[in-house]
Amino acid sequence: MSILINKDTKVICQGLTGSTGTFHTEHAIAYGTKMTAGVTPGKGGQVWKGGEACKGAELPVYDTVLEAKEKSGADASVIYVPPPFAADSILEAIHAEIPLIVAITEGIPVLDMVRVKRALDGSKSVLVGPNCPGVLTPDECKIGIMPGNIFKKGHVGIVSRSGTLTYEAVFQTSQAGLGQSTAVGIGGDPVKGLDFIETLEMFLADDETHSIIMIGEIGGPAESDAAAFLAQNKVKKPTVGFIAGVTAPPGRRMGHAGAIVSGGEDTAEAKIEAMKSAGIAVSPTPAALGETLINLLKA
Amino acid sequence: MNIHEYQAKQLLKQFGAPVAEGAVVMQPEQALKAAQSLPQGVIVVKAQIHAGGRGKGHFKEAEAGDKGGVRITKSPEEAASEAQKMLGATLVTKQTGEEGKQVNRIYLEAGADIAKEFYLSLLIDRASSRIAFIASTEGGMNIEEVAEATPEKILTMDVDPATGLMPFHTRLLNKALGLSGNSAKQMAKLARTLYTAFTKSDMSMLEINPLIVTGAGDMQVLDAKVSFDGNAAFRHKEYDALRDISEEDPFELEASKFDLSYIKLDGSIGCMVNGAGLAMATMDIIKHYGAEPANFLDVGGSATTEKVTEAFKIITSDPGVKGILVNIFGGIMRCDVIAQGVIVAVKEVGLKVPLVVRLEGTNVDKGKKIINDSDLDVIAADDLDDAARKIVKAVQG
Repeated sequence: MSILINKDTKVICQGLTGSTGTFHTEHAIAYGTKMTAGVTPGKGGQVWKGGEACKGAELPVYDTVLEAKEKSGADASVIYVPPPFAADSILEAIHAEIPLIVAITEGIPVLDMVRVKRALDGSKSVLVGPNCPGVLTPDECKIGIMPGNIFKKGHVGIVSRSGTLTYEAVFQTSQAGLGQSTAVGIGGDPVKGLDFIETLEMFLADDETHSIIMIGEIGGPAESDAAAFLAQNKVKKPTVGFIAGVTAPPGRRMGHAGAIVSGGEDTAEAKIEAMKSAGIAVSPTPAALGETLINLLKA
Repeated sequence: MNIHEYQAKQLLKQFGAPVAEGAVVMQPEQALKAAQSLPQGVIVVKAQIHAGGRGKGHFKEAEAGDKGGVRITKSPEEAASEAQKMLGATLVTKQTGEEGKQVNRIYLEAGADIAKEFYLSLLIDRASSRIAFIASTEGGMNIEEVAEATPEKILTMDVDPATGLMPFHTRLLNKALGLSGNSAKQMAKLARTLYTAFTKSDMSMLEINPLIVTGAGDMQVLDAKVSFDGNAAFRHKEYDALRDISEEDPFELEASKFDLSYIKLDGSIGCMVNGAGLAMATMDIIKHYGAEPANFLDVGGSATTEKVTEAFKIITSDPGVKGILVNIFGGIMRCDVIAQGVIVAVKEVGLKVPLVVRLEGTNVDKGKKIINDSDLDVIAADDLDDAARKIVKAVQG
C-alpha cells in the first residue's frame, strides 16, 4: 500500500485549461496517473488535448466539480487555479465531496484559507496544501508538480513543508537504494490542510512505509507538536528529521509565508531540540538526509 | 507588508476606532503649522520608522538630541522644534540594528490622559487556523516577556470564521481586562471595529500596545502596528499608497520587481537557489561548513534566463559577496535553462569571485554540459554537500 493515492486513484484537474494546469496534467498522464477530467467554469463541453509529452491524450472539460465527479468517478482533485479564485475552487471541491483535494496554488490570502479550513471541519474531504508540490506514490500516481524521474518505488515515507527539499529527500533515498512509499508536500503556508501529525499517522499505519523522513522549517508549532506526537505514539518507525532555517534572521519572511520566526519556540534550534528528544535522528545538513537514514536503519 | 504607526491609526480611525488627533510631518517647515492644528496641551512627537523600540532608542547624530524617538512636549513650538531635530536623523533601536534607520516622517499627536494601559492584538493563530485576540492587562510592555514571566495575565481567544466576533467574545475580553460600565461598552465596540478592520483589510497582524483607558474612562488606541497579508494585495489597491519604499532594502526592492524573493544578510557567500526551503537549507549548510551566507534568494519555480541574470546582478552588486553558490534542483525548472541563464549572466555582469554551480533534476546532463562547454571559470559540484564545501573553501582559501 501507500498513503493518500495509488494506481487506482482517479484525478480531475481544476484549472486544466490554463498553462500551468495543462503542463502538469501532461506530465501526470505521462507518469501513468489516471487523469479523468478537467474543470474550467465557462469551458464545459470542450475537449482538452494534451501535447507530445502525453501523446496527445484527451480529457473532457466540465463547468463544475460536481459534474466532473459524477461523470468521471474521480476521487481526487488537483488545483492550479490562480490565487484570487483558488479558495473558491477548494470550497467547490469540498462541496462536491471530493475525498482528496491537492491545492498547488501559491499566494492564496491567509484569511481565505481560514475560511477553507473551517469548511473542512466535518467535511468528507482531505486537503493537501496549498502552496505545495503535491503527492506522489512511485510508479502509481503523481498529483502535482514533483519531478517523477527522481522517484523509485520503496519504503521511505516523506513529508515536507518545502517543495525542493522534498526533491532532495526523494533523490537521496533513491540514490541510497531505499526508494519511497509516498512523498507528501504539505506546503509552506501558515494555514493549510494536512499537517505533519495527520501525515505521520498515515505513514505509521501503512505497511509499505518502513521508515520516515520529515522536513520542516522555521515558524509555527507544527514540527514540535509532531515530535511530541511521535514520542508518545506506540507505533515506532525509524525517523529522520531536518529543519531548514538555522541561519534565518528573526522577524523576516523567508519566501514561504509560513516561514517567519516570531516567538522563541518556533526557531530552528527549538524544533531540532524537540525532534532529538523525541528520538528522531536529525540530519546535520540537507545533503545528509539519505546517509542519516541509512545509518539509522543499520543501527 | 508593514505600514507606519500614523497610517495604521488613520486606517483604524476610518473604521471607527478611537484615536487621538494627530498630524504627519515630512518637511521641517511643515512642523509648526501641523503642531498648531492640534488641540492645546501636551503634544507627543513620534518618529515614524518600521521598527519597534522607538521610545527607548537613541539618535546617531548629536543635533537630534539625546532623547529617544518618542518625545513629550508642552507647546506647538517645542513640538515643532523636536520634530525638526529628528527629521532626517538616524534612529537606532533594538530592532533596527547598529546602522539604525533614517527618520523621514514624524507624527505629532495630542497627548492622552492615561489611567490604565493594556495590550491588545489580533493575529492568525496557526494552532487553531483562526483569527485570535490576545489581550493582557500588562500594557506598554513586550508581550513575549509577559508571556514568559506571567502567562496567566494573557488571554488568547480565537474566533470562529463562520460566526465572526460574538458578544461572548467581548465579555471575555472585558473580564480579562477588568473593565465594566461605560469602558466595557466602548471596549466591546472597539473589539468589533478591530475585527472588521482586520478582516476587511486582510491584515496579518494588528497590535495595539498600549490600548489605554483615559482618566474619563474612555478607551483609546495609543500605539498601533499593522501588517498586511502580501498575498491579498491583488484585492487591496490601497496598499500601494501605504507602502513606504524608503523603509525597504534597495536590493530587496530591486529583486521584488523581478518576482525574486531576496533577503540581504551579512555574510560573504551569495546564494541563488530555487525553492524557499532549499534556499534556507543552502544558507544553513554554508554555515555548517564555517562560512556565512550573504543572502537568501529564491528564484522560484519558473525562472527564465532574464530572471537568473537579474538574480546574478543583485547578488554581485553586494560588495560583501566573496563567492557565489548556485544550487538548483530542477523539478519544473529545467537545469539547461538555468545553466544557460548563468552563462548569459556571467558574460553580462562579469565574474570577479569564485562561482560554484550545483545542478540536479530535470535535464541535469544537458545543464552540466552547457556549463562545462563554456569557457567560464565555474567550479562544478557533484551534490549539495560537495557544493557547500567547495564554495566555503574557495572563499576562505
